[in-house]
Order: sequence, then C-alpha cells, then structure tokens
Amino acid sequence: MKEKRFHSVRLEGEKCRGCTNCLKRCPTEAIRVRGGRAHIIDERCIDCGECIRVCSYHAKVAVTDPLSSISQFKYKIALPAPSLYGQFSNLKSISQVLGGLKRMGFDEVYEVARGADVVSKAIQERLKDPKLPRPVISSACPAIVRLIQVRFPDLIDHIVDVRQPMEVAAMIARTEFARKHGVDPSEIGCFFISPCPAKVTAIRNPIGHTKSAVNGAISVLEIYGLLSSQLKNTPVDLTLEEASDLGVGWARSGGESMAVSPDNSMSVDGIENCIRVLEEIEDNRLKNLEFFEGAACTGGCVGGPLNFENNYVARSEIRKLTTRDAEPNLNVDAGMMTKYDLYMSGRILPNSAMKLDDDLMEAMRKMEKIEKLYNELPGFDCGSCGSPTCRTFAEDVVQGVATKMDCIHMMKDQLRVMAQQMVDLAKTTRE
Amino acid sequence: MAVLLEKNFPVEAGAFTTAGEASTTIKRTLKQLGIGPEVLRRVSVACYEVELNLVIHSRGGTLTLLVDPEKVTLISKDVGPGIPDIEKAMTEGFSTASDEARTLGFGAGMGLPNMKRNASEFDIQSEVGVGTTITMSFALK
Repeated sequence: MKEKRFHSVRLEGEKCRGCTNCLKRCPTEAIRVRGGRAHIIDERCIDCGECIRVCSYHAKVAVTDPLSSISQFKYKIALPAPSLYGQFSNLKSISQVLGGLKRMGFDEVYEVARGADVVSKAIQERLKDPKLPRPVISSACPAIVRLIQVRFPDLIDHIVDVRQPMEVAAMIARTEFARKHGVDPSEIGCFFISPCPAKVTAIRNPIGHTKSAVNGAISVLEIYGLLSSQLKNTPVDLTLEEASDLGVGWARSGGESMAVSPDNSMSVDGIENCIRVLEEIEDNRLKNLEFFEGAACTGGCVGGPLNFENNYVARSEIRKLTTRDAEPNLNVDAGMMTKYDLYMSGRILPNSAMKLDDDLMEAMRKMEKIEKLYNELPGFDCGSCGSPTCRTFAEDVVQGVATKMDCIHMMKDQLRVMAQQMVDLAKTTRE
Repeated sequence: MAVLLEKNFPVEAGAFTTAGEASTTIKRTLKQLGIGPEVLRRVSVACYEVELNLVIHSRGGTLTLLVDPEKVTLISKDVGPGIPDIEKAMTEGFSTASDEARTLGFGAGMGLPNMKRNASEFDIQSEVGVGTTITMSFALK
C-alpha cells in the first residue's frame, strides 16, 4: 500500500487548460494531461517547481505556510534563506532585512547562511574521507536529491550525508534561543523563509532523517511586500550580521562550491543541465572531480520560483552584499561541529517510480510491448495524447493508463480506414 | 535461460557528436527494468567505455544489450581494424588513441581494464583486419 506523499507543488484544476507547457518541461515525466487537465503523478514529482514557472495560466502553485501560522508558537524565529537578501535593490546592509523581519513579529532571526557556514565545514570534513565515491554530490538542493532518487539511483552513494543549511540553522537557533531566554524548546517555532517548493516539501518529508527541525515554511513572495516596507525604517545594525560572505554566497549557484571546495568543484544550475552532468558522473567521466554542486533552478536558490526578483538581478545584489570579508572565511564555532546532529541519520533510498514492474520478467515483457508500439507511433512528441513524448505514451498504453486512440495521429489513420470501409460498404449494398 | 530483451545500437566511427547516446538509452532501459543501483553503475561505466572505444578506435560497429533474468550482457562488435596484441591492450595506461581523442580527455589507457574490472565476466576476441568482439556480462544475483 503506497502512502500519499506530501507535495508542495499542486495543481489548481479549474485554472488548467490542459495545454502541454508543463507536460514537456517536467524532468521526471511526472505530468499527464487527462480529461482536459493536467495531473501530477505523486510518486514521480520532485517538487522542483519547473511547472510553476512555465504555466501560463498559474494553475500550478506551491503550498506554503501563511505568515499568520507563526502565531501557533509562543516564540517565533525567522530563518531567512540567503537568497532573500537578493530581493531588494540597493540594500545598505543585510542587517536591514534581519531587523525588518523582527519588526514583522519574529522574536529572533537566525540566518540560514550561518547554517550554510556550518554545513560547508561539515562537508569539508566528509571530503577528507577518500573512500567516498567521487565526485561527492551536494545534498543542499532537495529537488536534485529527489531527482537522483528517481532518475539516478546508482548515484545515491555520492550524495554527502550532511543536512541542509536550514535544518542546521533551525537546530542551532532553537537551542541558543532556549538557553538565552530560559524557555522550553517546544515553545519555539522556527520558520524558514523559502525561495522554493522543494524546501517546503523537504520540511514535511525530510530526506535522510525523520523529523525536520523547521516548523514551517513561508514563501519569500508572501512576506515580500510587508518586509520591503519595513526596510526604510530599519536602521543598519552590523552586529546582527553573523554569517560570512561564503555562507551568504550559497544563495547563488557556485556559492556552495566556493565555500566547500574552491579548488576542485563544479557547480551546475538548471535542472536539465544537472541531468546532463549527472549522466556523465554515472559514466564515470568526472572521476577526478572532488565536489559537484547541482541546483535545480537557474542561478541557484536566487532562481527559486517563490522569489520576487528575477535571478540575474538577485544574483548581482548578492554579489554586492558579499564583499564584506577581506579574506573568505567560514564563520563556525568549533563547538557547533560536535554539539549538533549535522549528519543525516538515515539512508537516502532509491525511488522506483520509473520502474515498469516489480518483477523483472514482467518488466521485460512490458518493455517489448512498448518498443513495438513505439515503432508504430509518429515520433512527433507533440503531447496531444496527454503524455510528454511518444515513448512515454507507449509506456502509458502498456501500463494501461492510456489507449492507442488517445494518439490523434493513430486516430486519424484509423478514421481513414473506417471511412474507406464505409465507402466500400455503401458501394456493395447499393441496389 | 533464454534472452528476453535484445536491443542493438549501431555506433559510427569518429562520431563524437553522438558518442554516449547508446549508453544513455541503455541506462534508461535498465532503470525501467528495475536493475539495482550497484549493477546499474557498473554497466554504466563499462558501457560508456566500450561505446567510446567503438567511436575512437574502431571502423564502426554495433553495441548490443541483452537482458535475461540472470544477467545483463553487453556485446560490442566492430568491423576492424582489430587489436594486434590483446595483452598489451589490456594493460593499464596503454593507449593508441589519436591526438584528437586525447584532447577530448580520452586515451588514458584505462578503457579495457575498466571494463574488465566492472564486468562479472569479460571476454575479448580480436583478429587484425577483421574486427574485435567484446562480451561483458553483469550478474544480477
């Protein structure tokens, strides 16, 4: 019995026109158009948000928590993703964003970029182990980790078992706040200010550990208006800025590599580009590479679909904000490395959603039928049948979720034959 | 046990633009069949090596994928030029790759040894002027 998986990415049925935009862009072939509207195949969806970006009718949405949800907790901590800092033009200092969040009702603000500082160090520790298969793959982008679970199960061993910066930030923030104010940790709510739906899903369904330290995720878009209006009146207070430039740099593609392994790493952004490079890692072509950072979104987290500003603008804002440190250095207290669970507690498991059948013999039989049908199809990959390509359509027919006549080209051929038959019939029965 | 699945992929000599396409399709096929990650990885590595060998060294040939319940088999069969000294060709670090191939990052002389290391069973037959056939199998259990 399969349990229903939580997904942040959802479809608002009444807005969907059944076009092929999302169908063609989904990297795990998780969307089908049936009965005139799109459906997401739960097991395959990795919450990357590509469909949200391409939907002209805004029928794809990300479910996040409203700002009002913070009131469930007595004490509220905001965990801003570093990409949030790139959303405002000509920010004098990151501290304005941090101070602004406090004015919005948070008791404390803890930078996820500080979590990134600690995570960078933890990954460096792991890289000292020569037994880890190379390249070591970043675990930071949950959409990429899920992509690997679905499409590259043989690369799971490459994924570094370090928790995400938002998890580490939440653990540290809660512990420090509880100690400083002498309150019960269970009364503290940690809320991630999220640029992306994949992180929202990662809070509800963590990968590699059972329970998230984060209590909720509020999208950047949700707070953008209110926060921007606070910035003018928020004084610069540099004591609030604790994360290093390297930690803040995680906001954009290449930032993590810079912080972790500047000498021998590769950063790739955009999910299709990541797929290409992952194929090469699979073929062992990049065995001399130390570290691979893949971000599903173009530009990295600044390109997340829940951001306000476009990723190029945000990227350049981040660059301006990360020129504070004379020398690039991670800001990590030695105690943090041992005090918190920085590493995953469970294994990352393959996701078998692409498998044709649990039984190999049956899978081979299906494969043969798929090949046969595929060869009859026109190969236009037009998507009119509701499957993204002719090949997936053949798979869907063999799996019993579509019928041959859903293909308009096969239907046309069939009609031609039938029309001829009717003509023939009419001729033979004429008196 | 009878072979249940057979797919053939013609590979052209010197066709660097399409090099790796057969491997990508083979990987996709094996993933859909639910072949476990460990075997999958070994097949991926060996398959890419053997496909590139066809592109770089041969005058063209065919890559064949066979699957039965016991094993995955890859057969690379080319139409020449053949390997004069197989033992030497199997030595790590030995390569006859062209400068063109080397600038593309190939020719480290690890191709054949890598294939042998990753396959459960490895066989190479070659005759100068006729061609080379490499058969690799990967046990599923």
